[in-house]
Amino acid sequence: MRSEWKDFVGGQWENEVNVRDFIQKNYTVYEGDEEFLCGPTQNTKDLWAQVMELTKEELANGGVLDMDTKVISTITSHGPGYLNKDKETIVGFQTDKPFKRSMQPYGGIRMAEKACADNGYTLDPEISEFFTKHRKTHNAGVFDAYTPEMRACRSNHIITGLPDAYGRGRIIGDYRRVALYGTDFLIKDKETQKASTPFVMTADVIRDREELSEQIGALKELAKLGEIYGCDITKPASNVKEAIQAVYFGYLAAVKEQNGAAMSLGRTATFLDVYAQRDLENGTFTEEQIQEFVDHFIMKLRLVKFARTPEYNSLFSGDPTWVTETLGGVGVDGRPLVTKMCFRYLNTLDNLGAAPEPNLTVLWAKNLPLNWKKYCAKMSIKSSSIQYENDDLMRVTHGDDYAIACCVSSMRVGKEMQFFGARANLAKCLLYAINGGVDECSKKQVGPKYRPITSDVLNYDEVMEKFKDMMAWLAGVYVNALNIIHYMHDKYCYEKLQMSLHDKEVRRYFATGIAGLSVVADSLSAIKYATVKPVRDENGIVVDYITEGDFPKYGNNDDRVDSLAQELVSTFMNMIRQHHTYRNGFPTMSVLTITSNVVYGKNTGSTPDGRKYGQPLAPGANPMHGRDKSGAVASLSSVAKLPFKDAQDGISNTFSIIPGALGKEDQIFAGDLEVELEGFVAE
Amino acid sequence: MIGRIHSFETFGTVDGPGVRFVVFVQGCPMRCLYCHNPDTWDPTLGKEITPDEILAEYEKSKMFYADGGLTVTGGEPLLQVDFLLELFEKAKAKGIHTCIDTSGITYKESNVAHIAKLDKLMEYTDLVMLDIKHIDPAEHLKLTAQPNTGILAFAKYLEKKKIPIWIRHVVVPEITDNPLYLDQLGQFLGTLTNLKALDVLPYHDMGIVKYEQLGMEYPLKGVPAMSKEDAIKAKRVILNAIVKKRNEIANQ
Repeated sequence: MRSEWKDFVGGQWENEVNVRDFIQKNYTVYEGDEEFLCGPTQNTKDLWAQVMELTKEELANGGVLDMDTKVISTITSHGPGYLNKDKETIVGFQTDKPFKRSMQPYGGIRMAEKACADNGYTLDPEISEFFTKHRKTHNAGVFDAYTPEMRACRSNHIITGLPDAYGRGRIIGDYRRVALYGTDFLIKDKETQKASTPFVMTADVIRDREELSEQIGALKELAKLGEIYGCDITKPASNVKEAIQAVYFGYLAAVKEQNGAAMSLGRTATFLDVYAQRDLENGTFTEEQIQEFVDHFIMKLRLVKFARTPEYNSLFSGDPTWVTETLGGVGVDGRPLVTKMCFRYLNTLDNLGAAPEPNLTVLWAKNLPLNWKKYCAKMSIKSSSIQYENDDLMRVTHGDDYAIACCVSSMRVGKEMQFFGARANLAKCLLYAINGGVDECSKKQVGPKYRPITSDVLNYDEVMEKFKDMMAWLAGVYVNALNIIHYMHDKYCYEKLQMSLHDKEVRRYFATGIAGLSVVADSLSAIKYATVKPVRDENGIVVDYITEGDFPKYGNNDDRVDSLAQELVSTFMNMIRQHHTYRNGFPTMSVLTITSNVVYGKNTGSTPDGRKYGQPLAPGANPMHGRDKSGAVASLSSVAKLPFKDAQDGISNTFSIIPGALGKEDQIFAGDLEVELEGFVAE
Repeated sequence: MIGRIHSFETFGTVDGPGVRFVVFVQGCPMRCLYCHNPDTWDPTLGKEITPDEILAEYEKSKMFYADGGLTVTGGEPLLQVDFLLELFEKAKAKGIHTCIDTSGITYKESNVAHIAKLDKLMEYTDLVMLDIKHIDPAEHLKLTAQPNTGILAFAKYLEKKKIPIWIRHVVVPEITDNPLYLDQLGQFLGTLTNLKALDVLPYHDMGIVKYEQLGMEYPLKGVPAMSKEDAIKAKRVILNAIVKKRNEIANQ
């Protein structure tokens, strides 16, 4: 066994790239509580104070402190950057200094130009010229191939947020591989893969060979990135500090190369705990030191920044990077995958304060250790910064070494990836069905010229029939637009570093999504159970609805309407499945919008459920605001009925609750009176 | 049997142990000045429902209530004692933990028929949350428009029946925060051997919105909300009196 692997239990993972095998053979379940955790060191406090100061300056400067306008970001484009070299235990920034945003033109040169211009900078004209005349971008490729119909759907917002002008993201490199094996081992593995391709040079084989070459190049650059910071990552990491650093270099290389819509980290904590546990046992590091490494690592993840436009930020309500880290869960053998490192990650919310990034995501399962559940609940109440996902549900599909990209997209780390596909606005689709393909906002004929509904009261059967026709049309345009997008992204903006940290044979999820689920469900319910009268403008286009009478509303655990929502999900998914997908992608769908529902609502006319033109749609699979009248359980139960098999890319429900509504406060409530009285001395 | 309810809450976390399915019944004879559910007063409003319908709702989400159960609050649940009896009898048959959140106002020792029903109901009741608004009879009348003699007698009745009780007490500045009253309350609670928990709630004025919506004058206008710290202090006074009383009884 290699010296770096001393004391580890060996196995398949020694001879092949197999991180899961390494974790399964070596991790130590932690069932205890959070008592062992350490607070921030002085160095951590100093560094974080510096970050807060820079954040203040950045805000004062209008949201961006510095941007690179001359150097195209690559894995090795920039020299080392530090906050304070003497105090940082985990190093590396995207450019040569913190808070300086890098330039990434491969997704689209106009986006890069605009990101500069909107923030008061000017992109080097030579770069603009180069990427306009000499080197095509992903964006240029897509627009060469789009049909007029696709463009119309895009500009009328029935298909929204398509990754056709920016990096698609949602791919998670298995950054743990860098720590466990070092780049030399990984390069050798990729070379073997390349040598094993078939001899007959079909287009697919040629593409495979070119991509593998790109990947090998990226791994070599990754090794150089380590060198720039004085670290040797060609060999396996020999302790937890090196392991965290190597994982971070892998991730850093990815964000230096790609400005993706979501650049997630994966599932690193329990992997890293194997190293931490060994170091604690051998006395290499103390708990305090290990927490410091973790704090510094998380600090770096919080400082990932991209050059983006105000429109992009308004779509996502902020400047999110979706550095999602997946924590906990239970293994297929029944052992919880909870380790001390999971606690240390959440502890950063105390040590550095609450923050939305990295997006700490807990895989919730019935059989998690109680102490872990309690700690998660405590930190949730304290920080409102933890996302939860149903592990018991997803483990069945993905096994026990999957991670979440962005907010809900699940994929096996290093074995599955996703073609991100934004979403189709089903609320608008319903309005198109009623108006015969005419957009209710722009009044243009966008969809097919089917017969509109002309009656004075909407008839459920008639609306459903037309709605299904319109959905079938939408699914076709949508999937084919995505086929173009992903073809061009692979061609002009290939994620070579992230894919170098994947197996050769990768399952590609072809992700689609829908917006407006609850609006449509309630609208159909209104049409079915109440009286909905369309209001038409002078050209006969329905622009509003008068809804009389009450109707069941999604979010109250009422099957009459919940079944409409379920049917909607399954129907649209089946329509998606009917189409050819690029690279034989496995079609999936999400019911997900965390923030963009506001923008979608702005571009959607009045709907039969009583929602008015411009009002936000509900986020994800949430019931419409204020319509869930019977409390959280009923509301969540409606959401939980949605079929995961037809929404495998995830179903999101945004839920906020004041801590007081979660139960009694111990200080006011003497829940166990006898215990309380025992410690009570009569005055 | 048909009951009149105001609404359901499927995620009740403050109305008994665990996560609970909470039924708010319609109708209440009390007129507490700080009531934040005045829309549940009128017994002729609300919607009609059968115990089976309630239990069907409960069953839909019963996995959430594994460590909780069913709580009936209001309004005043004991106004509809026949309905409650059928509901709890059926709930117990399903092994559901049952709790009544009541003011105890309907209790009258002289009403033999009512007591007989209560006796039966208690066979199917796991917990009673009893809200004591004020320990002083005259002040109680002022605060709630009802006397408190029956309420205190109900607490003793529950003790006799060995039904565990949780006491809830709202501390309102100027009205119930007098240490003398708090001490008196503690002395009374100290005599109850079935007392399992004490919830001292600081008065809040979040009910104002509802009064405005209902076009009603808010009776406690100008009374400030109580801070959590003051509520903790009030709780200490009550706990102290409980200990004192218990020691007194033990030394008799």
